[in-house]
Amino acid sequence: MSEAILSIRDLTVEIPTRHGILRPVDGISYDIGRGEVLGIVGESGAGKSMAGNAVIGLLSPPARIAKGEIHVGGTRIDHLKGDAMRRLRGKEIGMVFQDPLTSLNPLLRIGDQLTETILAHLDVSRSEAEKRAVAALDEVGIPGARERINSYPHEFSGGMRQRVVIALALCAEPSLIIADEPTTALDVSVQAQIIALLKSLCRNRGTAVMLITHDMGVIAEAADRVAVMYAGKLAELGPVRDVLTTPRHPYTDGLMGSTPLASRGKARLHQIPGAMPRLDALPSGCAFHPRCPYAQDKCSADPGPDLADGNGAACWFPLPHDAKVA
Amino acid sequence: MLAFIIQRIAQSALVLLVVGLVAFSMFSFVGDPIDNMLGQERTQADIDRLRGQLGLDQPFPVQYVKFLGNAVQGNFGISYRQGRPVADILLERAPATLELAAVSGFLAIFMGIGLGVFTAIRREGFAANAIMSLSLIGVSLPTFLIGILLIYLFSVELGWLPSFGRGETVRVGGWTTGFLTESGLKALILPSITLGLYQMTLIMRLVRSEMLEVLRQDYIRFARARGLRERAVNFRHALKNTLVPVITVTGLQLGSIIAFAIITETVFQWPGVGLLFINAIQFVDIPVMAAYLMLISVMFVGINLIVDLLYFSIDPRLRADRTKAH
Repeated sequence: MSEAILSIRDLTVEIPTRHGILRPVDGISYDIGRGEVLGIVGESGAGKSMAGNAVIGLLSPPARIAKGEIHVGGTRIDHLKGDAMRRLRGKEIGMVFQDPLTSLNPLLRIGDQLTETILAHLDVSRSEAEKRAVAALDEVGIPGARERINSYPHEFSGGMRQRVVIALALCAEPSLIIADEPTTALDVSVQAQIIALLKSLCRNRGTAVMLITHDMGVIAEAADRVAVMYAGKLAELGPVRDVLTTPRHPYTDGLMGSTPLASRGKARLHQIPGAMPRLDALPSGCAFHPRCPYAQDKCSADPGPDLADGNGAACWFPLPHDAKVA
Repeated sequence: MLAFIIQRIAQSALVLLVVGLVAFSMFSFVGDPIDNMLGQERTQADIDRLRGQLGLDQPFPVQYVKFLGNAVQGNFGISYRQGRPVADILLERAPATLELAAVSGFLAIFMGIGLGVFTAIRREGFAANAIMSLSLIGVSLPTFLIGILLIYLFSVELGWLPSFGRGETVRVGGWTTGFLTESGLKALILPSITLGLYQMTLIMRLVRSEMLEVLRQDYIRFARARGLRERAVNFRHALKNTLVPVITVTGLQLGSIIAFAIITETVFQWPGVGLLFINAIQFVDIPVMAAYLMLISVMFVGINLIVDLLYFSIDPRLRADRTKAH
């Protein structure tokens, strides 16, 4: 990746508690290039959203970045505080949240929410900002943008509201978008539209996208590369086709096996035994070893190997093996 | 919208009719005013003459309708004790109470909201915690005790401020004001703090808890993620969303500031309608009591009507629901 928009190195997020320090994100590294969509998948609590919040500087205390570096557009941002960080939010890094029904302030017209965002970041007049607000709504496919600008959020459907949210995230033209489960709260029929919209807008502008989701279908549809997270660590990282068709980490393999596919017919879905360990009770060595069908002694002693040049699987005994369990 | 206003005004009229009935029934059921008005050496002829003069010999419904008709025209009869029209006495006393209530209400609303927002935003800070602890005094100490403590400290010990009365007043048209003289302003300080303290702390604690609730909402996170300034997030986005419940309580509290000025006026010998009412009770001056009751209920009903209308201007969702419902 010659031109990385987002570059994360050894990022570690810690939450100090009475029972010791928890690490919801533990030493992850990846790059996202211009116009690239990196899908981040994993179970709930794997640290996907926490990593996204760390990048945009919205970790809720006491969670904090303990180690590592975050670079956006070549500038280091992980140590920025207060107003310096605020200027980057929206301007360099946009964010789309999960639930469009609750992401918009119910008491303000969407036009006002758009113009205030534009005015916060761009040096333009109010009338110019209003013009851009209409253009932004138009761009995300809201019909009659000029009139709808005066509507309140409750006057839109869920899918339309997510379009408004995307317009808000993109209106100051950030170079990176963090989309945190952008389709989870939507109807299935609307999901594909929203993903297609997000993808085409970012491709046209060259915006890098960090697409956080637990939906393998969304990943397959939208992502260029995919990062699989497990218990705060990267399990596997690679081009989406490779990871989805020939997973190398046993966890990814299990995850793929438990995704319903039309091609697989009515066969019983595979289930990964057990549950992801709690952060305060991580097993020694590779965190996945108690649930791994291929685990050996080494796995409980040493944490998985680092990902070689940001690709591959953090596993001592990557697939394929002779015997397929799933 | 218009239908709603008409509906609410009709309800208000009904409430006033009922209060009018209660106020009026005092004439018949709370002792015989004639006893008080004529001295020990009265004759039956005197009693009958006065009874006829005051219309007290007519049947109850006739008296009630007469009473209502007069009340609508602002005629509440003649004070049994002072022998002057009640309306005149009330008008004479009203400026004192209204000025006191206005200063207290202003103090309660602005200090209450300001401190509430402050303690919510800096909820970990020392100052915020100190304010919260002190506010317990305002909520839990009875008004008369606060008044007496203030008098003891600032009038008796320090001698800075007067302990009773309105100070010098200036007549502006039919209105006597204490705002224009130094002694008048000085005299306002202690009573208005006494009267407004409870309301201020109540509003403050309410604003704080509502703010804390709102600050957790997704749209606040999204507003931050769009890089809006903290001030815009806190006041434009968060505070506005706390206002509906705050206005409800504030409206009722403003009503009670006027209604319960009685205690403060008694402690500070403030020549307002509250003191008038207390004296009226001691002398069973029923026309004054009835008029006071009506006056207070008109204020409460009026404030409630304003509160209902404010909901509409703040929350667009209510407007939509109403239009659909009608």
